[in-house]
Amino acid sequence: MKFTLSWLKDHLETDATLDDILAKLTLIGLEVEEVINPADDLSKFVIARIEKTDKHPDADKLKVCTVNNGSEQLQVVCGAPNAKEGLVGVFAPIGTYVPGIDFTLTKAKIRGVESFGMMCSESELQLSDEHDGIIELAADAGDHIGDTYVSYAGLDDPVIDIYITPNRPDCLGVRGVARDLAAAGLGTLRDEDCGYDGKGDYKSPVNIGLDFPKDQAHICPAFWGRYIKGVKNGPSPAWLQQRLKAIGLRPINALVDITNYISFDRGRPLHVYDADKLSGDVEARLGTDKDQFLALDGKEYGKANGELQGTCLIADEKNALGLGGILGGEDSGSTDTTKNVLIESAYFDPIQIAVTGRKLAIISDSRYRFERGIDPQSVECGVNLATKMILDLCGGSPSEIIKAGTPPDGTKEIPFDPQRVTRLTGVALTDKDVTKTLNDLGFKVSGKGDKVKVTAPSWRPDIDGPADLVEEVIRIVGLDKVKPTPLERPFGIARPVLTEKQKRVRLARRVLAARGGVEAVTYSFIKQDEARLFGGGAPELQLANPMSADLATMRPSLLPGLLMAASRNIAKSSDDPALHEVGEVYHTDDDNGQAVNATMIRVATAKPSGAGRHWQGAAKPVTLYDAKADAIALLEAFGLTEAKLQITADAPAWYHPGRSGVLRLGPKITLGTFGELHPAVLKQLDLKGPIVAAEIDIDAIPEPKNKSNTRSAMEVTDLQPVTRDFAFIVDISVKAGDLVRAASGADKKLITDVIVFDHFEGESLGEGKKSLAIAATLQPKTQTMTDEEIDAVASKIIAAVKKSTGGEIRS
Amino acid sequence: MSELKTLEQQIISAIEQADNLKSLEDVRVSALGKKGSISALMQGLGKMPPEERKSFGQAVNSVKQAVTSTLEDRKQSLERAALDERLETEREDVTLPVRQAAANAGRIHPVSQVWEEVTEVFADLGFTMAEGPHIETDENNFTKLNIPEEHPARQEHDTFYFNRKDDGSRRVLRTHTSPVQIRAMERSKPPLRIIAPGRVFRCDSDQTHTPMFHQIEGLVIDESTHMGHLKWVLEEFCKTFFEVDDVTMRFRASHFPFTEPSAEVDIGYSKVGDEIRFGGDENWMEILGCGMVHPNVLKNVGLDPEVYQGFAFGIGIDRLATLKYGMPDLRPFFTGDLKWLRHYGFSVLNVPTIAGGL
Repeated sequence: MKFTLSWLKDHLETDATLDDILAKLTLIGLEVEEVINPADDLSKFVIARIEKTDKHPDADKLKVCTVNNGSEQLQVVCGAPNAKEGLVGVFAPIGTYVPGIDFTLTKAKIRGVESFGMMCSESELQLSDEHDGIIELAADAGDHIGDTYVSYAGLDDPVIDIYITPNRPDCLGVRGVARDLAAAGLGTLRDEDCGYDGKGDYKSPVNIGLDFPKDQAHICPAFWGRYIKGVKNGPSPAWLQQRLKAIGLRPINALVDITNYISFDRGRPLHVYDADKLSGDVEARLGTDKDQFLALDGKEYGKANGELQGTCLIADEKNALGLGGILGGEDSGSTDTTKNVLIESAYFDPIQIAVTGRKLAIISDSRYRFERGIDPQSVECGVNLATKMILDLCGGSPSEIIKAGTPPDGTKEIPFDPQRVTRLTGVALTDKDVTKTLNDLGFKVSGKGDKVKVTAPSWRPDIDGPADLVEEVIRIVGLDKVKPTPLERPFGIARPVLTEKQKRVRLARRVLAARGGVEAVTYSFIKQDEARLFGGGAPELQLANPMSADLATMRPSLLPGLLMAASRNIAKSSDDPALHEVGEVYHTDDDNGQAVNATMIRVATAKPSGAGRHWQGAAKPVTLYDAKADAIALLEAFGLTEAKLQITADAPAWYHPGRSGVLRLGPKITLGTFGELHPAVLKQLDLKGPIVAAEIDIDAIPEPKNKSNTRSAMEVTDLQPVTRDFAFIVDISVKAGDLVRAASGADKKLITDVIVFDHFEGESLGEGKKSLAIAATLQPKTQTMTDEEIDAVASKIIAAVKKSTGGEIRS
Repeated sequence: MSELKTLEQQIISAIEQADNLKSLEDVRVSALGKKGSISALMQGLGKMPPEERKSFGQAVNSVKQAVTSTLEDRKQSLERAALDERLETEREDVTLPVRQAAANAGRIHPVSQVWEEVTEVFADLGFTMAEGPHIETDENNFTKLNIPEEHPARQEHDTFYFNRKDDGSRRVLRTHTSPVQIRAMERSKPPLRIIAPGRVFRCDSDQTHTPMFHQIEGLVIDESTHMGHLKWVLEEFCKTFFEVDDVTMRFRASHFPFTEPSAEVDIGYSKVGDEIRFGGDENWMEILGCGMVHPNVLKNVGLDPEVYQGFAFGIGIDRLATLKYGMPDLRPFFTGDLKWLRHYGFSVLNVPTIAGGL
């Protein structure tokens, strides 16, 4: 919402400085976005008179003028055809920056004749496109020789742009802004002038009607107007044009400019029809699928099937004229030759306007105001304001007012306890303070004590209940009056607040970073193709209005985002990335369909011990075991040990089938997957392998059962442990994990650890065979073991392994 | 006896002349070996008369001791020399670089770090952490937050929608963390103190907007919390978070459908070169929106606004990160660029704590 300072002062009597006004606007919720004073650029331009013109000795089109700038006579070379003796115009002395030509004047010789400045055209001052001649001011300017032009022309008027929140339609007119400032102590609101107060000279030849089904009468409850005959349209006066231009509107003709002016002055949109272009009476009604019209924005509406059906249409007996409260029609609008007019001042339902405006994608100042809710009681004032301005600027003779329907009352009575202000804000205010502030804003207050009745004015559709009244009072009294008050501490020393899952999320990103991962945060939405590659892409997870195809479907996995990030880094020839993310993935669109994953990828040689070349030896390519180590590191951080897990080789399709695994806890819980990514998947993403990944589903990790801080007692013994090595020949399909589990289970009391220290496949072992060598640690508890006892345990291990895996001890 | 003395001198001289362990060993054998000169003398003792034996024996022993001790000294000195000689050949270039430890190479994303910093501050004030899904119902994201269907405020949200279902409903990507307020209030009765950090989504992109960003929602509901408490909490937060003793804050009246009264909060700063210094009132920058929870919102979750009241606020986490750590642009936050992440990311060992500073 833009307005100028002088415009504001039409409604607000104030001595406040511009800075005070700006600061107050922002504090009371009318945030100042920008202030521009057009005069700042033009402060050096002064009013001057050409006292004498002589022919330029060397150029036919140039004149050598003697210019009086109020303090001296200067020689100025001028090429304008209208430069003549006695002309009072605008002079730019040397050193002036001329915005229209983007040039700072210097003393110059023009065709050999010195020139000490410049007589300017409107385009040089960027006042208009007019550049055929220099500015010729009216005769009275002769009394102002030497004065700055901006003060003479009234251009020294800052343009203030404020942001109006959607709840304040009343401030979409300058008067509403003035009312707020007056209430906030920055002056007095001038009395409201509602324009023409006569009865009219005759009965309108055009009638207005409302034609809605009973249950939809609220769409347009009131449509009032007046006929004015014998107007003379044409350009509006300079002051009006100047105001409209200052706020970025293009002057069109007096009749249109008047409606635009009232729209911004009072927040009251109006429309003016050329009455001679109307066929019979005018009515507001629901649009049908047959209606169509050419609108003022140059577009045809209604051609698309049923586009206008159900909209609020203004029509005469033959044609649709326009969309009520949104956009008028080209054919019924006023032109320079318009003689007789019909003024429309109506009230339209905000929701109806919003729905239609959005459906047809029409943006207009009128829609903007109606959909936020204009003052329903401004219908009559709107007619009369327009009448007065038309009579003043275009002449003519007014009819009696025409009234169809009754505007809604718009006021609202709210039971209120003034002390609620103190209860909600902590600011101690008396009932009297509260009442005064509300009165200043146009609210009526009656009654006493904690049961007063407050009546909200018709221009405040946003006011609904006591909390709204509290807001009105505190924003005007000032939020700076709210004193910081310590919140009571629930405990002396803060207690832990994070849930187990929240702790794990924090832990996960640090575990992976400690393994060399660089944490990325990638978008939750990805390409549909990528989602599908990783098991996602269900229709309910596709956005209806994505920003782009790259950000279109909710991710089923963190891998695509990380892989694409890796790809961008590789393109920039970075070193081999190890990237991780801890974030949400989406399996369905309901509340339980979202899970948090911790995922790490390692590209090429991004080993935990470092990537790329090094004088101690280049890093080797990453393998599935690097990814497995990442996965196990996470699970161990969450309190799970590898011994408790089941690891199977049935990872999802985006993994290399032979080089990947799934981590499970019992038959039902899948904790995660790890392995080398499938070469075909990488190829589709235009990536080169090897890339390995570990994915852990943090939501799948069970809560720890034992929440006690006390550890189990440690078993202490001075007895030496014994280590025995075994090498087994097994079928190549035998899993090392199974063999270790069998060996460990051979004597659970004595065997405390089993490690695999060699894994070997070779022809010497026979086809389909491999050798697995383990070392078992035996920890005696009561007395040192004899050789016989050790041999007995060794035999048990060999037997258990043979039973479980068919493995034979290697001789 | 002078023969003995001569022998001792000869042997010691030989020891001193031995210039390596091998020749030293030869000297030892020739003196103390089975057939060595001193051993021969010792063997000869048995044939001596007893009165001579004792004094001669003592003399020979003394020679033996002197020789042994000299041998030992010489051996140590030769060994030391040999070691020195070997070590001299073992010089390495200590300036050759080592590989970086994984824990030092890893990084924590600024959003995660700031998330933890903010949690740390509010945890101290007894706020628990609440969560909610990103894919929300229209109801929780808008309607229950007092943003009716056709209200212009709903249009200002630049919402990402999913396709309509058969029953006409459609899900949205939450446009703010405020729906977590609804979920928290529906889940537990007051008194409530929660924060809800998380991802939010809006159809918008430029230097200061990304279609996904992070917010932290705060909510306090009980029977007496008022705007003064809100102001105090936010001031304390800013001081602790930005690690400054004094902040200047400006509360401006504003409008959010789910709070009433509502305010936007600016923080005062001055610019010295490219650096932003908090404090003073030279410039203001908006950091958050807040207000008293709207009675309609309380009613929508079944709380009586005549009894319960409280405040809510929402802060942009990414914006907090840019302010505190001086990133000029929001867009690289989510591109996974290694260079950016290494520059602006945090060490894994840098865990924010109130005791150690945020």
